Amino acid sequence: MENTDKLTVEQCSQHYNIATSFLFDLDDHGLIVLMREEQSTYLHYDQLPLLEKYMRLHFDLLINMEGLEAVSHLLERVQLLQTTIRRLGGEVPCY
Amino acid sequence: MDYIDYYKTLGVSKDASPEDIKKAYRKLARKHHPDLNPDNPEAGRTFQQINEAHEVLSDPEKRKKYDQYGKDWKHADQFEEARRQQSAYESQAGYEGNPFGGGQHYTYTGEGGDFSDFFSSMFGGGGGRKQSRFRGQDIHAKLEITLTEAYTTHKQTFTINGQNIRITLPAGIEDGQEIKLAHYGGPGVNGGPKGDLYITFGIKNDTNFTRKGNDLYCDVPLDLYKALLGGEQIVDTLGGKVKLKIAPETQNGLKVRLKGKGFPVYKQEGVFGDLYVTWQIRLPTHLSEKEKALFQQLSEER
Repeated sequence: MENTDKLTVEQCSQHYNIATSFLFDLDDHGLIVLMREEQSTYLHYDQLPLLEKYMRLHFDLLINMEGLEAVSHLLERVQLLQTTIRRLGGEVPCY
Repeated sequence: MDYIDYYKTLGVSKDASPEDIKKAYRKLARKHHPDLNPDNPEAGRTFQQINEAHEVLSDPEKRKKYDQYGKDWKHADQFEEARRQQSAYESQAGYEGNPFGGGQHYTYTGEGGDFSDFFSSMFGGGGGRKQSRFRGQDIHAKLEITLTEAYTTHKQTFTINGQNIRITLPAGIEDGQEIKLAHYGGPGVNGGPKGDLYITFGIKNDTNFTRKGNDLYCDVPLDLYKALLGGEQIVDTLGGKVKLKIAPETQNGLKVRLKGKGFPVYKQEGVFGDLYVTWQIRLPTHLSEKEKALFQQLSEER
């Protein structure tokens, strides 16, 4: 395999044993970012953790694309709130 | 090592159909899946238990073996001996000796895919979700540093999976902050990239300062006479000592801001938060007769 930091959607589909349509759907819903160059569509390696997460949620838990979109949004909110809670928790009131 | 009631874990009856089991598993997994519960190790452990229960009950072979021996796993040797005497053909496929030996504790370790000792002793470990892999597995680690260490940019070496990793920690890192070291995780498959290493920092406060974002707060005792008459006071900051002017008639609890004497801002070299000093005026104790008389005299002046 060529030493690169991206792979075509076809290669990705083969490695993960998923349909290419799943990748395009995730891209359409703004959950991953596909790159279009000339005749091919690629997925950058840094998108792989996201892809794997959405694969688990979609195939293991049967969450559809709309659900994944909602989950993605809520997880961002959860992480933001967790950061705030951690910050507040570390502050001992002095006054 | 305790017996695990997998039916109870999934909340299904002993005669539950494969569909019921799948449904119960998915319902619980949607609630406890680690991807849906970031920063919640308890959910991760619960999910492992649910996953393990599903692994056994969704597999007809495993479920049969579990139903047969599960409750009486401690007596498996006797059962097996009796069975061998009855018929050599009745041995379980893949069964080798006592399947219930091994670990002493019912523990779940690590991330998804690990199984309890009970499971391992019965089914020989392994199993788990068969997701095709390409990229290597991510590794999550925790590293504790002190607030003093977090104040300066410094190098730190630690060992993960036998690999020594030396990283530069920029000043200003926050408690609970996670940094990603790309490609320091598990090896990829079929030419795939390595996974990433995620380090979550825990910051232990070894100082008298309270950190709120990039600002620091502290209480500093101030002598009564200095507060009344004014003067100078040396104050410790994380960057060294500073001399502050004390205005006459400084009140107890007065807060002063020392601009730029707080905590460094993460990845913004030379930029610091502020330090807030609150004066705590100390009243003298063990007054002498002369002092008492003088204070009495002062009180009559008011």
